[in-house]
Amino acid sequence: MSRSAAKRRVEPPVTPELVASHGLTQEEYKKIVGTLGREPSYTELGVFSVMWSEHCSYKSSRLYLRHLPTEGAQVLHGPGENAGVVDIGDGLAAVFKMESHNHPSFIEPYQGAATGVGGILRDIFTMGARPIASLNSLRFGSLDHPRTSYLLSGVVAGIGGYGNCVGVPTVGGEVFFDECYNANILVNAFTLGIVKKKRIFTGVARGPGNPIIYIGSKTGRDGIHGATMASESFSDEKEQRRPTVQVGDPFTEKLLLEACLELMEKDYIVGIQDMGAAGLTSSSAEMAGRGGCGVEIDLARVPLREAGMTPYEILLSESQERMLLVARKGTEDEIRRIFDKWDLDAVVIGQVTEDQQFRSQFEGEEVTCIPVDLLTQGAPVYHRPTARPANHDQVQQLDLASLNEPADLTEAFKLILGSPNIASKEWIYRQYDHFVRSNTVVPPGADAAVVRIKGSEKGLALTADGNGRYCFLDPYVGGALAVAEAARNLACVGARPLGLTDCLNFGSPENPHVMWQFAQVIQGMRDACIALKVPVVSGNVSFYNETDGVPIYPTPTVGMVGMVAQIDRVVTSWFKSPGDVVVLLGRTREELGGSEYIKLLHGLVRGTPPWIDLRLEEAVQRCCLEAIERGLLHSAHDVSDGGLAVALAECCISGPEKPLGVRIDTHEMIRSDALLFSESQSRIVVSLEEKALSPLQEIASTHSVPIQVIGTVGGSRFIIEPLLQLVVEELRTIWCSGLAGRLK
Amino acid sequence: MVLGGAVGEAAMRWGVIVFPGSCDEQDVFDALKREMGQKVKLLWHKDQLAGRYDCLVLPGGFSYGDYLRCGAMARFSPIMRDVVQFAQSGGYVLGICNGFQILCEAGLLPGALVRNSGLQFVCQQVSLRVEETDTPFTATVKKGQLLKIPIKHGEGCYYADSVTLEHLRQKRQVLLRYVDAKGKASFAGNPNGSVDNIAGVCNETRNVVGLMPHPEDACSRLLGSEDGLKIFSSIADACAQRGKTP
Repeated sequence: MSRSAAKRRVEPPVTPELVASHGLTQEEYKKIVGTLGREPSYTELGVFSVMWSEHCSYKSSRLYLRHLPTEGAQVLHGPGENAGVVDIGDGLAAVFKMESHNHPSFIEPYQGAATGVGGILRDIFTMGARPIASLNSLRFGSLDHPRTSYLLSGVVAGIGGYGNCVGVPTVGGEVFFDECYNANILVNAFTLGIVKKKRIFTGVARGPGNPIIYIGSKTGRDGIHGATMASESFSDEKEQRRPTVQVGDPFTEKLLLEACLELMEKDYIVGIQDMGAAGLTSSSAEMAGRGGCGVEIDLARVPLREAGMTPYEILLSESQERMLLVARKGTEDEIRRIFDKWDLDAVVIGQVTEDQQFRSQFEGEEVTCIPVDLLTQGAPVYHRPTARPANHDQVQQLDLASLNEPADLTEAFKLILGSPNIASKEWIYRQYDHFVRSNTVVPPGADAAVVRIKGSEKGLALTADGNGRYCFLDPYVGGALAVAEAARNLACVGARPLGLTDCLNFGSPENPHVMWQFAQVIQGMRDACIALKVPVVSGNVSFYNETDGVPIYPTPTVGMVGMVAQIDRVVTSWFKSPGDVVVLLGRTREELGGSEYIKLLHGLVRGTPPWIDLRLEEAVQRCCLEAIERGLLHSAHDVSDGGLAVALAECCISGPEKPLGVRIDTHEMIRSDALLFSESQSRIVVSLEEKALSPLQEIASTHSVPIQVIGTVGGSRFIIEPLLQLVVEELRTIWCSGLAGRLK
Repeated sequence: MVLGGAVGEAAMRWGVIVFPGSCDEQDVFDALKREMGQKVKLLWHKDQLAGRYDCLVLPGGFSYGDYLRCGAMARFSPIMRDVVQFAQSGGYVLGICNGFQILCEAGLLPGALVRNSGLQFVCQQVSLRVEETDTPFTATVKKGQLLKIPIKHGEGCYYADSVTLEHLRQKRQVLLRYVDAKGKASFAGNPNGSVDNIAGVCNETRNVVGLMPHPEDACSRLLGSEDGLKIFSSIADACAQRGKTP
């Protein structure tokens, strides 16, 4: 390290306070000094701070993530790349990933959500894939909280503002409201892309002497220490963090997307990676790490948006819409020509080296010289203490006998149907372009969205699911249910799962109760993935979703992608024809713990979530899939939040045409409230012509799935004998205005 | 050379212009090529219009990010000089969504598209009523026929002052109106606050059209509607007619 550098740039001395303010512990700092054999400079301290942050290093989660199954014949790239890749036949592959942007979205909802979308899009096209569809999974506080509608409006506008402008349809998603998210909202963005199997690009640096090229937007001071912020809990000053939220420029993203895809048709690229969290630092260090080489970067060549930026700021900026690529030597001019066409910067800022060091210089002085391994593999891995909360038994106590059934079931039903968690989400998804690219066969509002693959008979189905309440009550079961529900949603449209990506949203890993939840959720997800044969191909962990020591409910969200073999066989959730018989696959039990009903009518988040028998779950899904593939079903709808009554109502009113009535008579000998609102798993409501009934019964019996004919479609009334009788138009009004009516 | 209409040619040629920030060019391309077997070429906005085309399509999207007024930047793209000349010499020009906005900014169509009255981006299927059929864009549909075609825009509220509106009515330049389920151009059937429920207009000479709805997203039964094909095939028919009559 040159001494003369200090003459021109006065860097603060590295003091214990400075180390602490960079989020590094004393032990971590000792490890740095021990390995380097010297004290790091201020700039190097910044580099360690982001690379060793929870967000970039997965230091608390890594030991657990290893338990998730990642193998499958279809898996081409599992976790560790920019996104997961699965084979979909015909020489094509699907690339997908989900990422959180929780902390920034709370601080600045529009830009936080917008840049979350931008980041996940880059993760997809950096692998050479054209993004074809996005989803989002959102959690907000109670709509009674004064900030919630502001946050919701901002997040939705941000997602739309960015995704619409880039021309990628947002085809579905989920949103859930609960007080536990009042001070920590969740914004998880998912994108799916398609790539030719032979043209998949990865984030790797190879070949000493190959140029490192910076492409896209110029670097500004925005987002410095965003990764570190995402690795801390909120306290009262969170809104002062606004400057650490990046600002999105979707137009530049669109140009970058098109320019990159044009470039990727040529053979100029060795490796390419998005400059996401921790910007230039993490992209270059991670690429070098994967390639087993070093990098040498001249920071003075980085295109800057503002004058006077220091090496520290250039290395740590999280300005958006930037990518780093390693090119074959000699192709620089060709690359520049393509980026000129799109009016984007493409600047050689360094080269690949042999010495496995992360070197950067500024105005002739070396400002960092750190072994690449120490930044990537060398980050600490923690086996954090775990502890089951002492009051957990109490939380799981729910004596149904002591809970009175509502005096008026009709009023209870209307309340549930109109609750923001159950009601139509059209207010949200009509702000997203879900038609662009003209592939959307099943638009938002269904169990899973379906997009066609032009030029083939196939399609891809995609869904995002997860229930934090269930996970709070039993994190193991809740983890399994998130996976099971996602797979069930795919089954309901006729798709077989290819793989999943996840966002694991939790409180502080330094809290043993949170770590216990985390370990349990992973175990539950693992068991369900194995039983349902769905590999985990990518994902992201977001810890520190807590404010003043109060964590959110443990909230894993699962994004799952499935294959539709014949796109014209796709089934949707709403009833189609009067006279069709209505059949329930699976059984309803008295399971009210964690239900929307118990929360709304009794004000409780108590008990145990519905149990799941993974063998039955798989059998029910297979039964539904086979029936769809044989063309037997007119509709199929997963029974989930709000129970059977809500699922049936949605079958009547959620279609694009006039609502259809139904008459149901189930003869179940259970409590009325449980019959209507129990959230028992492994249930699907299907409708079909009467003559298709016996083939369906055969399929069900082959798979040992209990099935029951429960009613008939038709008329203008919604009747569940002898409990409910309403006019479907009234249901539609309640369901359509439940969320929209709260947001005006 | 720029020609308005390829006289005597068998298959018509479509050009779809790609501005920086265009999003729907591939959708238009696929609808024309895959669904209708037409000859289509994507044209880069920095290039000149070379070769002969029967119809130019300015697709939807967010040209220049819509960071300025929608379409205000794209109208200055190099290719727009040729587009204006093409239109003035009688060539068919179809602007969809952002393309409509660009045509208004370029002065090829009257009126302007402003922020939706609800202040939000709106994406949904809408019902449209065909108001005039003596244009190349609507010749094969019936007057009063209802079409189901989606919209997706934040700035699709059509506005024109009263003098312009009166002129539009007199010259029968309003081609499509937003209507409710009963086919009425009512307040309830108007998704964005457009004046007089206007969803699409043409110029006085009826060879330039702007539509806020996206026919390219309604060209397949799989996507829920094939009504968009009616507009594209109407243009194709008109070109074929042109080819026959010298």
